[in-house]
Amino acid sequence: MNLIRERLIFEVSDEGKKGFIFPELDVPENKNLTDSIPVREDIKDFPQVSEVEVVRHFTRLSQANYCIDKGIYPLGSCTMKYNPKINEKVAQFKNFVSAHPHLDPKICQGSLEILNELEDRLTEITGMKAFTFQPSAGAQGELVGMMLIRACLEDRGDPRKFVLIPDSAHGTNPSSAHICGYKVKEIKSNESGTVDLEDLRKNMNQDVAAVMITNPNTLGIFECQIKETAEIVHSQGGLVYMDGANMNALMGICRPGDMGVDVIHLNLHKTFSTPHGGGGPGAGPVGVQQVLQPFLPVPRIKQKGGHFSLDENYPKSIGRVQGFYGHFLVAVKALAYILSLGPDGIKEASETAVLNSNYIRKSLEKEYHLKYKAPTLHECVFSDKYQKKHNISNIDIAKRLIDLKVHPPTMSFPLIVHGALMTEPTETESKADLDLFIDAMKQIDKESKENPDVLKSAPHESYVRRLDETKAAREPKLRWKS
Amino acid sequence: MSYISLSPKDKKEMLKLIGVSSPQELFDSIPDDIKLNRELKIPKAKTEPEIIEYFNQKAHKNKNSEYLSFQGAGAYPHFIPAAVDYLSSRGEFVSPYTPYQAEVSQGTLQVIFEFQTLMCQLTGMEISNASLYDGASGTAEAVLMANRINRKSKVLIPKTLHPHYREVIQTYTKNLGLDIQEIKYDESGQINLEDLKKHLDEGTCAVLCQSPNYFGVIENADKISSLAHENKALSVVVVTEASSLGLLKPPGEQGADIVTGEAQSFGIPLSFGGPYLGFMACQKEFLRQFPGRISGETQDVDGNQGFVLTLSTREQHIRRERATSNICTNQALCALRATIFLELLGKNGLKQWSWQNLQKANYALGLLKNIKGVKSRFSGKIYNEFVVQTDKDWEEIEKPLMKKKIIPGISLKKYYPELKNCGLVCVTEVTQKKDLDRFAEQFKGILSA
Amino acid sequence: MYPEDFRYTKDHEWVKVEGDKATVGITDFAQNQLGDVVFVELPAPGDELEAHQTLGVVESVKAVSDVYSPISGEVTEVNEGLNDDPEILNQDPHKKGWIIKIKVKDESELEDLMTASEYEKYLEGLDEEE
Repeated sequence: MNLIRERLIFEVSDEGKKGFIFPELDVPENKNLTDSIPVREDIKDFPQVSEVEVVRHFTRLSQANYCIDKGIYPLGSCTMKYNPKINEKVAQFKNFVSAHPHLDPKICQGSLEILNELEDRLTEITGMKAFTFQPSAGAQGELVGMMLIRACLEDRGDPRKFVLIPDSAHGTNPSSAHICGYKVKEIKSNESGTVDLEDLRKNMNQDVAAVMITNPNTLGIFECQIKETAEIVHSQGGLVYMDGANMNALMGICRPGDMGVDVIHLNLHKTFSTPHGGGGPGAGPVGVQQVLQPFLPVPRIKQKGGHFSLDENYPKSIGRVQGFYGHFLVAVKALAYILSLGPDGIKEASETAVLNSNYIRKSLEKEYHLKYKAPTLHECVFSDKYQKKHNISNIDIAKRLIDLKVHPPTMSFPLIVHGALMTEPTETESKADLDLFIDAMKQIDKESKENPDVLKSAPHESYVRRLDETKAAREPKLRWKS
Repeated sequence: MSYISLSPKDKKEMLKLIGVSSPQELFDSIPDDIKLNRELKIPKAKTEPEIIEYFNQKAHKNKNSEYLSFQGAGAYPHFIPAAVDYLSSRGEFVSPYTPYQAEVSQGTLQVIFEFQTLMCQLTGMEISNASLYDGASGTAEAVLMANRINRKSKVLIPKTLHPHYREVIQTYTKNLGLDIQEIKYDESGQINLEDLKKHLDEGTCAVLCQSPNYFGVIENADKISSLAHENKALSVVVVTEASSLGLLKPPGEQGADIVTGEAQSFGIPLSFGGPYLGFMACQKEFLRQFPGRISGETQDVDGNQGFVLTLSTREQHIRRERATSNICTNQALCALRATIFLELLGKNGLKQWSWQNLQKANYALGLLKNIKGVKSRFSGKIYNEFVVQTDKDWEEIEKPLMKKKIIPGISLKKYYPELKNCGLVCVTEVTQKKDLDRFAEQFKGILSA
Repeated sequence: MYPEDFRYTKDHEWVKVEGDKATVGITDFAQNQLGDVVFVELPAPGDELEAHQTLGVVESVKAVSDVYSPISGEVTEVNEGLNDDPEILNQDPHKKGWIIKIKVKDESELEDLMTASEYEKYLEGLDEEE
């Protein structure tokens, strides 16, 4: 890439440059208002630039980003599928964008209807009975899910102490359990990469509140003993939480609600195509079975004769987890997506996600080690084991992929695979883009044997070359200072 | 509408390479008794024109654009410059993932770094993170952070903190054994210092203070920080109206240890409540307990400046159950909007903006106070929100005003039953004088009826 | 590579006993696995530790690891140098990168630990598992 290195805005700022201005004050000015309030002096070094400089600054910065609109983004566990533009358009309709959250329900029926409709569609797709949209992200959804479980068990008089989590789980799982006041016990995966039922049986007792599972798990493998897992947990009075991050493998094919799952969170920014935005905003709605409904966060949307209102009259509710109703504009995009695809399109999305992933798996299984041989669905986890013989790690592979104009897969996760390369293409990739990724990976494997140095010093042709993360952590510089 | 990019020929070739005859075979690992085996009961696929029509119908059922509104209370109507939407809708900002591969995410990482710098400048604190979900959950995170720092469990929370924020704090902390105690307000509308002193002791973990507070009144954050520090407690200042940072003394210069709140005012539309933009800033010494993503400056192998997500070992994906928070994401695209907004306004635009908010709200308060039967409920100085008390119930004023297509503000009855004749009115730069005059006229008309 | 006079744990800590005092650190294998160390959380002198109890935490850029005490006893000294220069742990994990000094409470606990050659065999076994 031949880009001019973009400076920080503070470095081009200068005294007296004119930026955005408001109309003149149209009410009589009262200078005495600041007599008795603590006002600031100058805002030291706050930028002063022109609109032209701002537009160029951000345009150039944007060009330093890789993105889905440019090419394949095979990050395992992230479901980087295409973000449809029609969804962006409808989410910008004036009456959605400018609606204040405190509006009387009578004058915001459209917004309430949208949330209600999305709830209907998601309950059908997942087999759950009700949803809350307050959680802003998957991680917050998990937290809410665990809070619901705790509230339900406390209501029975016995909150219990432990939560069981597989060793392959995403880091947000144990940290969510911890924030709910639970202690975490790890359960082992067996040689097929799925939950070891014996280990589960051993650890499941009346002191365990819940098991948190991901299905398919973080290796992309379907937990085929999920029903047995649920039975073991339910038989001891516990509940089953499912991390729905990998829902993209299952839509229209099977439903968590039919597998014994009591509560699930979804990631609208993964499965339901809403944009990741470089790190948010996403949305992590939580779906529940009947048993957990009374505990859902308030307010909830109530329907009576075609009219929608907001209801806080749920005495057992866990309360509020967000300032308002959740990420409404993200919900609009997810609903537009579901309506655009319809039942056939939804199922086709999951089938193609699994097809694309297996195509990559079969194409690279000679060159890259797969620790677990079980069939995988929408993602699979390679490792750097073969390349390690030439002293090449997954990081080197990732950095070289950047030179080859492809975004690397997810690094070093799940933790049970050393040197992991978790790969998830999603259903929106063309065969040409899949082949681009496959060819790049094959080239890197070749280079690991013939020319390892080019991998070790990669990337060469990027906006910046390999960055010193150690320096960033040892000598934190977290803001600009003059 | 389909977003699949495979031709039938492609599919055939791929299936052949994999060694199966149909995509369905790839799901053999799923037991038959779990499979759905029927069509999903959702409406048939819509094309783009049908999607537009569908959402147009929904949008028409929202009547908000017909009304002149004075609603605030944690969500503020402000002007958004054209370049904010334009730049933040670029695919290179909208469609990438979290910048874990820093070399191909320098755009996002530099934006975050600039955002962090701007928030430090505005709050007067030393470190800022890349944003949190919203002001309410950010405030709850600040309480958890304070508890991690000094391990004390008593947290003093004023009634003048936004009621939703207080509810969210309760939800987040109820399983952690914290002792949340509420502090009263006084006739000025500020935190009652006597009540605060009664509750404060060396067992106090933190004192929270929102300024401007829920009633729109500016608090004496300096005094409150001092009292907290005298008792070895932390001072947590909450800001729900971020535009106030352009005018008021920064919390960092008023003794705050942690500053948190809502930056929705910086270029993010009302959006029926979300997505918004929580923020948090703190002093250097608390860095290890600080939640959320952080972008840090470093160098590449050629010595060029670059940015990376740093200090990730505080975060969930590494620390797992010992993480400072379970937060996994930030609100990157909203932070981008805020960064563009603040850089467009610049120092002078920001000053002009906050000045107008102060002036217009005080002008409106002056008009309403002059109406017979209307009082300013609190004596404290306000920024862009205020509480008026009338001799009728607020609903009796709200109903007829709504018929005139005016939303006069927010009733306080629900969270403050003692203030049932009161309403919270918000005036920002977007309302013109003629509409403020009209509002006062209509208000007067209803009271004299 | 691995000093003969040290004893080793399965979690890759080493302990060097000199009379009734011992020094504890992490092994070269551990520092290599962790990568560049950026922060070390140390206990305080006077803290009482049980064998297998967490004595502190080592953080690298990408990972966090609990450090477990190989034996029981009272912490007498901690390596303050690690606060300013955590990279010592990478550079010299067996000498300058020591973490704590501890009073030996129960000599018999040393019998549960591995010798240098047992530890080296153990590491070979780990390698094969992958």
